[in-house]
Amino acid sequence: MGNQRLSSAKELEELRKQILSQRRPDKPIITVCTGTACQTYGSLEIYRKLADEIKKQGLEGSVVEAKATGCHGFCEQGPVVVIFPQEICYVKVKLEDVPEIVSTTLAQGRVIERLLYEDPVTGQRIAKDPDIPFYKNQMRIVFGNNRHINPRDIDDYIALGGYSALSRALFQMTPEQVLEEIKKSNLRGRGGGGFPTGIKWETTKNAPGEPKYVIVNCDEGDPGAYMDRSLMEGNPHAVLEGLIIGAYAIGSQEGFIYVRQEYPIASENTIQAIKQAEEYGFLGGNILGSGFDFKVKVHRGAGAFVSGESSALMCAIEGKVGEPKMKYIHTAVSGIKERPSCLNNVETWANVPLIINKGAEWFNSIGTDGSKGTKIFSLVGKVNNTGLVEVPMGMTLRQLIYDIGGGIPKGKKFKAVQTGGPSGGVIPEQHLDTPIDFDELTKLGSMMGSGGTVVMDEDTCMVDTARYFISFCCEESCGKCIPCREGLRMLREILTDICEGKGQEGDIEAIEDIAEVMQDASLCALGTTAANPALTTLKYFRDEYEAHIKEKRCPAKACKALTSYYIDPEKCTACMICFKNCPTEAIHGSKGIIHWIEQEKCIKCNTCFEVCPPRFSAVRRISGEPLPPPPAPGTKVIREKKR
Amino acid sequence: MASKTKSPKLNNVSRAVSKAVRSYQSDKDMLIQILLDLQSMFGWLSQEVLTEVSEQLEVPITQVYQIASYYKAFSLMPRGRHIIKVCLGTACQVRGSPQLLNIISAMLNMKPHETSKDMRFTLETVNCLGCCAMGPVVVVDGMYHSKPSTPALRKIFETAK
Repeated sequence: MGNQRLSSAKELEELRKQILSQRRPDKPIITVCTGTACQTYGSLEIYRKLADEIKKQGLEGSVVEAKATGCHGFCEQGPVVVIFPQEICYVKVKLEDVPEIVSTTLAQGRVIERLLYEDPVTGQRIAKDPDIPFYKNQMRIVFGNNRHINPRDIDDYIALGGYSALSRALFQMTPEQVLEEIKKSNLRGRGGGGFPTGIKWETTKNAPGEPKYVIVNCDEGDPGAYMDRSLMEGNPHAVLEGLIIGAYAIGSQEGFIYVRQEYPIASENTIQAIKQAEEYGFLGGNILGSGFDFKVKVHRGAGAFVSGESSALMCAIEGKVGEPKMKYIHTAVSGIKERPSCLNNVETWANVPLIINKGAEWFNSIGTDGSKGTKIFSLVGKVNNTGLVEVPMGMTLRQLIYDIGGGIPKGKKFKAVQTGGPSGGVIPEQHLDTPIDFDELTKLGSMMGSGGTVVMDEDTCMVDTARYFISFCCEESCGKCIPCREGLRMLREILTDICEGKGQEGDIEAIEDIAEVMQDASLCALGTTAANPALTTLKYFRDEYEAHIKEKRCPAKACKALTSYYIDPEKCTACMICFKNCPTEAIHGSKGIIHWIEQEKCIKCNTCFEVCPPRFSAVRRISGEPLPPPPAPGTKVIREKKR
Repeated sequence: MASKTKSPKLNNVSRAVSKAVRSYQSDKDMLIQILLDLQSMFGWLSQEVLTEVSEQLEVPITQVYQIASYYKAFSLMPRGRHIIKVCLGTACQVRGSPQLLNIISAMLNMKPHETSKDMRFTLETVNCLGCCAMGPVVVVDGMYHSKPSTPALRKIFETAK
């Protein structure tokens, strides 16, 4: 396009007017979610076909516009298509539905009933996405714009008021006033630490040394968390605008956006956003004619969980091995190249333009006493509505999991929710009414962290969960300090033994001892918090540990070494389904001949248990008791006579 | 994503490295970025590549090797023609990815992080791909598969020659 560089606040407003004048509010826009989950369900093909079909049916140009947006958050129902201005939401859209969407909904304005979301409780079809319970109970102030924006087109962001906060900060506020506003807002770091953002900014601002750096942390390493990815991919300009405002307040002329290499679309969209922002003059020299200069570079991470830690991340930006340093002096004072460096999480930066535009008072009206604003959670695991969810701080876990998440699938029983990633812990049923914020979850031994919320049901073994997180941290530990490196290795050994039925008396106490040393003596937060999953599972599910150690029994029937699979000859109808699905050909039998499992060949992959139709439920998992003998070879199914 | 690019011939190594180094203005701070580009170009980082980077960027070979061996994105061994990545993020874990890994491992008779002798497959694990709603997920040559059944897996592996 070759956009023209803007040199004043007035020119920005003129550009905005011009963009808006070309967009008629009544003109239908059909948006297709092209977030990672929807893309894997084929949403890009759907988008292309939509564009083609619109052309084919003669609706192109002034009548309808198709738009590929970032993640809408309702990943469970992908691919998601929303038609504006009516906000008609179609879920689980298939390629073959596209011509009908164009001819029926776009051309005639009629709703296609079967593509609407069906409420699993009432069975009702819901036409508009704000009415769907998943969306209705959210407050999407940061994430909500994703569904309106083509992340590769800066004009979309400007049309929604984008960069007006920057213009306001540059022309109506001094850097000190911007800083004061952020401090007054009580915004706290969204990456997990919860450190007051304003104080961090002030530290860097007042620290001696030039140049000062500002950095976006998009090294989202917590497994089960993807809100930063979706923001960076879906609305990169919001993050960029926040960063520029922060740089202005702090007095920094150079910034970095650190994106993990597993997120290629996030770095592509960010690079594109930077280019477009430079063209319009939101970046570079003399921004909007204000005299303020700021440039920003994208730095891809190379796959190391610990690189999300501030000092390690800054080492990585210098091109070195990303190991944490002892923080006698905070990175806010001495970071990249020993210069003052202010690092904030993606979501934290994205909150900044909102606060500048709407004021600290508005921000303070949302949330709890100690935690203001909203938080984006990735609600995943054994929950009906998997996806990204933005709610005000203080919502309870129960509301999050049941009202928004729609509860546990297949009528299973809730067991625990894991929050805070590998540094967090599990929270059991009796604490589900706890409000979620920085302080409340910490009191329970877990933490809010960056917002990963993994729901677990009765089939999840808590010892195995602890083993999983400990071995994750064990592999990710940089190995620099001994308590973390060796402590994790020992914890992994003990927990693996317990899961394999080799646990001994005294193991539980050993876990507690090691955890204490790690908490006291590790160098960085990875080590001090790494034992949390083991400690919280012990705190709330000690009986499961004891069952493993004393009875050699896994109550969830999940630990391979302690569980066997058995086909109940009374129930087996010899339908061949498990036989065909067994990956190791461990199942014997044929049509009409009752199936049985050859235990030596069985790898305990759970496939037979899952594929056996619920009306038969012939496959049983047995733990802690002897396995009944298989039926005599060639036993035939005795069928009840049909009436 | 999985690299489909064929390894350029050895005499191209020097040229490829030179191009990568120049695209970052020979900035030593950009060592990780340069290695990332070369990794995606070659699919792995051979000794020649590392030596070339060290010479052209004027960074000690120990430092180049330290970076290449520390970060997970880099492979110091050649990888198979088809890359299988099983997601072991928490959401996939809860939904049964260890079993899925177990199945794939049994079907291909390979352990995780191994490359088959005929260089056909490399079996890798990853921590969260950010598509938790589909879990458990396996990515074969960049194609995502949500909770594939055993017959579906057989088909996927048979078509990958």
